[in-house]
Amino acid sequence: MYVIIAGGGKVGWNLARELIAKGNEVTLLENRRSRYLTIEQELEHAVQYGDAAELWVLERAGVQRADLVIAVTGDDEDNILICQMAKEKYLCERIIARVNNPRNRQWFELLDVHPSVSATDLILRLIEHEVPSYGLVHLLDLRDEQLEIIEVEVVDTAPAAGRMVSEVVLPEGSLIISVLRGGTGFVPQAETVIEAGDEVLLVLDPGLEEAITAQFAPAV
Amino acid sequence: MFVVVAGAGRVGSAVARFALAAGHEVSVLDEDPLSHERLDAGQSTSWEDAGGRFTVGTAIEIEALVEAGLGEADLFIASTDGDNTNLVIAQIAQAHFNVPRVITRVMDPARATWYAEQGLETISPTKVAIEMFKEALGSTAAR
Repeated sequence: MYVIIAGGGKVGWNLARELIAKGNEVTLLENRRSRYLTIEQELEHAVQYGDAAELWVLERAGVQRADLVIAVTGDDEDNILICQMAKEKYLCERIIARVNNPRNRQWFELLDVHPSVSATDLILRLIEHEVPSYGLVHLLDLRDEQLEIIEVEVVDTAPAAGRMVSEVVLPEGSLIISVLRGGTGFVPQAETVIEAGDEVLLVLDPGLEEAITAQFAPAV
Repeated sequence: MFVVVAGAGRVGSAVARFALAAGHEVSVLDEDPLSHERLDAGQSTSWEDAGGRFTVGTAIEIEALVEAGLGEADLFIASTDGDNTNLVIAQIAQAHFNVPRVITRVMDPARATWYAEQGLETISPTKVAIEMFKEALGSTAAR
């Protein structure tokens, strides 16, 4: 696979190194001269000097034949522009953009630049996993597919506690896919009884979290 | 007409002053509070006394754009010193705030040309300068 990475910061340089080690062809673009010279000592011809938002720099790097363009500069506008041009001007099929300020994520989506990755959001997600705030944890969000997978711990007072899976009142668009009990997970049958303390995994349409919480972990 | 100008540099502040003098309602957004002085310089009244609005904020942040009045704007001018910032906020003004007319300053002629083809109204001072130099050269006899 041929990958172009815009931005030779910590993220970009390490990505380049890992992708090269996995046998990919990589061009890293860096517009700070001194940084470029430092990286060039290790990556040699795999790094090029230039501003990745300039069309001729992208073209010199061979954007037309790139399988993937990754924009990980420290500037959200640059990352949006680079990905937008890669996708819409050079018809690159796959892009990945880094969101520096999570408040800008809405603009990445508005301008159809996705998937986008935000380190801040990822850490917030981890915090949520350690300290669940709504009793449920998002394990996976498939934005394009409009699906999410969540985990919820069943509390004593929950309507679902002590009921068979077939009796649990679930909103339309949700499904129990797994139960974790005493450290092991299993796929429940219709007659499996949900117990307090179980961790239940569900797949659901976005927006059903509240109805799920009401069944498994209602606020006291 | 209600005009919002993002970026009060030499170009943005001059255009904002012109628009206000022409009788339009004008709101200026810039991240540097000092840029306000460009709006006041050489004027007998302050920018606000003359009827202008000024917001300090980063042009890509939604709070700043809302506070500057982008939601009500008839015309948005993106004239910050960053091409990519201008191109992104111009698209936000069109797609999110539904501003009827958006004009973007893009220094890089290549990006200006491509985004113009995508339907953005762009002004490239660099392109204009190149044309003027070409014209000046053209009027000089070759040896």
